Amino acid sequence: MPEHDVLIIGAGLAGQRAALAAAREGVSVAIMSKVHPVRSHSVAAAGGINAAISVADDWRSHAYDTVKGSDFLGDQDAIEVMCSEAPGEVMHLEHIGVTFHRNEAGELDLRPFGGASIARTAYVADITGQAILHVLYEQLMKHSSTVERYEEWFTTSLILDEDGSCVGVVARDIRSGRMETFAAKTVILASGGAGQCFRPTTNALICTADGIAQAYRAGAPLMDMEMIQYHPTTLAENGFLITEGARGEGAHLLNSEGERFMEKTAPNKMELASRDIVSRAEQIEINEGRGVGPGGKGIYLDITVVPRKRTLEALREIVNIGRDFAGVDITREPIIIQPGQHYIMGGVKTDIDGRTPIPGLYAAGEVACVSVHGGNRLGANSLLDTLIFGRRSGEHAAARSRSMAMPSVSDDALRRDAAMIQEIIARPAVGRRISEIKEELGTTMNEHVAVFRDETGLTRALEVVVRLKEEARSAAIDDRGTVFNQDVLGAIELGYMLDCAETIVVAALERKESRGAQFRTDYPERNDAEWLKHIDINLNGGEQPKVSYSPVTITQWQPEERKY
Amino acid sequence: MSEFTLRLRRFDPESGEAPYWDEHTIELEPHRSVLEGILQARGRFDGSIGIRCSCRAAICGSCGVRINGQPGLACHTHLDEALARSQDGTIVVEPMGNMPVIKDLIVDMDAVHWKKVQSVTPWLLAKEPVPEREYLVDREAMVDVTQSMACIQCGACVSDCLAMEVDDQFVGPAALAKAYRFVGDPRDSEHEERLRFLAEDPHGIYTCTHCFKCVDACPKDVNPMGQIMRLRRIAGSDHHIEDRNNGYRHEHAFVENIRRNGLLHEADLLPDSYGGKFHPRAVPELIASMPVAIRGMLRGKITPKKALLHPHKASKELRAIFEKIESKPQRYELNLYVSGTDADNDPAPVEPALTSAEESA
Repeated sequence: MPEHDVLIIGAGLAGQRAALAAAREGVSVAIMSKVHPVRSHSVAAAGGINAAISVADDWRSHAYDTVKGSDFLGDQDAIEVMCSEAPGEVMHLEHIGVTFHRNEAGELDLRPFGGASIARTAYVADITGQAILHVLYEQLMKHSSTVERYEEWFTTSLILDEDGSCVGVVARDIRSGRMETFAAKTVILASGGAGQCFRPTTNALICTADGIAQAYRAGAPLMDMEMIQYHPTTLAENGFLITEGARGEGAHLLNSEGERFMEKTAPNKMELASRDIVSRAEQIEINEGRGVGPGGKGIYLDITVVPRKRTLEALREIVNIGRDFAGVDITREPIIIQPGQHYIMGGVKTDIDGRTPIPGLYAAGEVACVSVHGGNRLGANSLLDTLIFGRRSGEHAAARSRSMAMPSVSDDALRRDAAMIQEIIARPAVGRRISEIKEELGTTMNEHVAVFRDETGLTRALEVVVRLKEEARSAAIDDRGTVFNQDVLGAIELGYMLDCAETIVVAALERKESRGAQFRTDYPERNDAEWLKHIDINLNGGEQPKVSYSPVTITQWQPEERKY
Repeated sequence: MSEFTLRLRRFDPESGEAPYWDEHTIELEPHRSVLEGILQARGRFDGSIGIRCSCRAAICGSCGVRINGQPGLACHTHLDEALARSQDGTIVVEPMGNMPVIKDLIVDMDAVHWKKVQSVTPWLLAKEPVPEREYLVDREAMVDVTQSMACIQCGACVSDCLAMEVDDQFVGPAALAKAYRFVGDPRDSEHEERLRFLAEDPHGIYTCTHCFKCVDACPKDVNPMGQIMRLRRIAGSDHHIEDRNNGYRHEHAFVENIRRNGLLHEADLLPDSYGGKFHPRAVPELIASMPVAIRGMLRGKITPKKALLHPHKASKELRAIFEKIESKPQRYELNLYVSGTDADNDPAPVEPALTSAEESA
């Protein structure tokens, strides 16, 4: 049985950063991922990473912008940690090789981003996530003697001991189909978000809420699950992301009348208001008949106002996306976009060191909720979140593991998971197809749990999710093999997605106000008196999601009206 | 919606059977991707079809395959384009080449691609002392290495590298593009050592045969062959590394041969690559090449007259090209990220947003 002091599940930015930080502490570290690390969804982060590194900036300004962006639901102690440590983290990335764009003086160049009061987003063209992810993987290759890598291993469950501490995981080697129990003094979940619960989404096919559901099933509380970010600029047909960097570089949003409608809701920041506000403004234009494109369901993003040379250098990826996936030369004509599911602010509840309430279990990155994003995440704060809390988790887990003995772990969980997989493989081909259930889940969530929500729609969504959970139990698969049986993994992922979707809808039904990404047409006002609090959801040892509340930590910024 | 027939090369390692062809008819708009077609076939008909995929948008690099014999990303190839290139009206999808197949369209990238990447010391060996803030470096240099940083490690270039087909130890296009990412990075302290290693390696930068396959294959315009050529230029011209593989001298002889003759005079190229006909290094090479020359003559491919008395001389135009290039104060390197001209900064000539909005209003 493999044994590690620190075992990290997921190898995107949070996971790799945690692994490197833990390895520096001299403990035995392993990182496990269901895909090769450079395929992780962090690769798709485009626009950049926020840090108050310019002389004109101050981390408190970054923190205030983040608090305001969160619609005052973010925990301010955590936001202070993230923003004050940001400059050091960005410099660290620069020192290990990230090829950040420079200004004429050779210093890091900074671009403006949504909800920020000053240009503070460092970037690598519009492939910032890819550049950082690949550089971290360079470091993993460099440190291959101290960080063991389990690439293309799929985690099936977390193992808790009798005292309720996390002591390892069960995983399946995708390539051989072999199941293995891993003993670990500490486990860090860094397995990303849940975008596949929605369709369309900007998220990759691998973003199936694995870690969120695994922690939830193990008894960890989830927090802020109702807060789902709809990104203002995604392609209508397939949900592909057009980076906020485009608006950062000066692009305009136009309705069918050629009007820069952001003037109405955010006269100062215009297109660079926070994402929840821009997405809502777009949706209003569309709903009131001023949309463009097929069915009037889109909005023009006009990048032609950005100098062409600058677009080709700094927004090259979306030039390609426009050309290859929409047939549009964005340097010459506007592209049709719409709000699309992009990010989940909520996740496994943690403290500022990544600790969940389950001893030995940590979480960092999109899978976690610290909560630094509260009701709405600012663009270019997610890369920062993954790196800061990835590192802190890695360091804290390493320190914890030093003071304890390797837990002894039985193979009970492995036998249970192997039987679970055997049951899926042996199912008679009578149930619905997994692809159908996924499709119905995604379209239902996108219809009722999107930019605008109300009780009727949410209730309907909950009914569908509960029914789909039942149907998923008998969903049949075709692949009976062991080598790269992606079919059986898809069935397990579907279960994760449905559990996660249920908590999202339950939380959205619970919050009877409008704050950040949650806009209830039946409760259109923010209500600080009753709802300035987090919604926590956990299983409490049962089968049904249970709701409780936890306070928002306020250090120096009292809630006020949000204006951009 | 249109119908497309996908012909997938399947392989089940557990069956003990040979690979086989599997056809599925799918329904999608013509501009949707081959990957979406495969996912539809998997979702509707056969969940056992194996393919790695994740982002669907040509960023994660998972879905490298061969489509109608051309390497590329399944998500980055439109169905109608694939159909237009098809031989018989079906879109043929196979696993990438030069790497062992694990199952269906899934290949073992660790065994080939990642091993080669690991061989080029793929991490920054940063200059000391490390500054407190960022390294101050030239703006253009960072934009320049962004092109090789844009590589998504999909393996499409590795799949069809002809040099690798002949020499499976060749470091190859992707790993060498990665190597350029450090050689071009002003923060790296070991440029010379890296270049020496890559030049002296008998399977290194001089093994590339300029076939352009990797340039065609790359979905991200990384231009791996271009990066290899830049490594050669920096190794030879800037660091004066005369490698034991004779790569540098061969390249130099090639350029001089063209400068003199306009068209390649092959009989001169080989001896010149080794320092001239009478150089001690050239003699054994010339003797070793005799069987090839004799076979060529026997088959009528060359005549002694043509081989020895090369009649062609460089034209005035060609000499002008040499003069123009060599008179530049700095070597001119092309890079896709450093592109466009200042004229491009002029606003676009038309405002289609307003035009089409007026039409629909």
